[in-house]
Amino acid sequence: MAVKDYLRERFFPHMWCPGCGHGTVLNALLRAVEELQLNKNDIVMTSGIGCSARISGYVDFHSLHTLHGRALAFATGVKLSKPDLKLLVPMGDGDALAIGGNHFIHACRRNIDITAIIMNNRIYGMTGGQFSPLSGPDKKATTAPYLTIDAEFDIVEVSKAAGATFVARSTTYHVKEATEMLKKAISHKGFSVVEILSQCPTHYGRKNREGDAVQMMTGYRDNTAKLGSKALADNPSLIPRGIFVDQARPEYCQEYDNIIAKASRNRAA
Amino acid sequence: MEHTVRGKKKLKELVINRDWCKGCGICVSFCPKKVLELDSKDKAIVVRPEDCISCKLCELRCPDLAIEVLTEEDND
Repeated sequence: MAVKDYLRERFFPHMWCPGCGHGTVLNALLRAVEELQLNKNDIVMTSGIGCSARISGYVDFHSLHTLHGRALAFATGVKLSKPDLKLLVPMGDGDALAIGGNHFIHACRRNIDITAIIMNNRIYGMTGGQFSPLSGPDKKATTAPYLTIDAEFDIVEVSKAAGATFVARSTTYHVKEATEMLKKAISHKGFSVVEILSQCPTHYGRKNREGDAVQMMTGYRDNTAKLGSKALADNPSLIPRGIFVDQARPEYCQEYDNIIAKASRNRAA
Repeated sequence: MEHTVRGKKKLKELVINRDWCKGCGICVSFCPKKVLELDSKDKAIVVRPEDCISCKLCELRCPDLAIEVLTEEDND
């Protein structure tokens, strides 16, 4: 199948701004799904609220556009009732770690077989550029005209600590790497998190003088380095990219089936 | 046929969907062979197709999903 066969073309051109990284994430995700030769009837995408969440309207999978921060809760419900379906949950940084912070850490802890894709643009774009828990200190935002004072989350460290069994990070510049990571994450049995740094030239870029989409992506190229690379060892201030966690741990739906079997045996006896 | 040699795919056509292109210039800036440019309407156009090495980076990075690089191998 061609990539376009996974799109709802009637909704194009999409509503994202020129140069928005979220379109590139959609592009990479569709290629990952295509290369894995998944049947679109077996895929469910749930999303919350925000620029990022609009992605569920553009894909020709089963889709649920749900409440802010609650996409993982809906996905958990779908997965438990139909464990054979593939659950893809794209979220923004605020959607995943502020509004949906609790849902996120507990989904990691349960290790339910869902793929969370965090499109991290470090800002609330749709509502006009308020700072998010991923903005970091000394950043300008609509709600921080004198710069932010909050430290940011490290999505990889949060996911690891909360118990996700697959954790990876890439950027919209490294689109082939991102596609490979998404393929591995989707194939992984358990809760997987893929953080993709995604530029918001309209709000974050303009307010923080990071330039247009091309300049922001050039920044991803220059300010990140592959895990285990010499560049990263020489300069630890670079943002590491790569697969940080890939391990096996009992998956939630399977454990739930075991409990049902156990309870049924007890009743029969 | 050249298809046994990696990276030697021959370009058949570089299709740009002008209705979807928003002119962000990502394809233009990151093309390793400078095949693309923005026209007066800020839409990507192919100016040097003969230089294209069919790496497909424009197609993969395009946030508007507006580019398709068709190579001789993709005949099916």
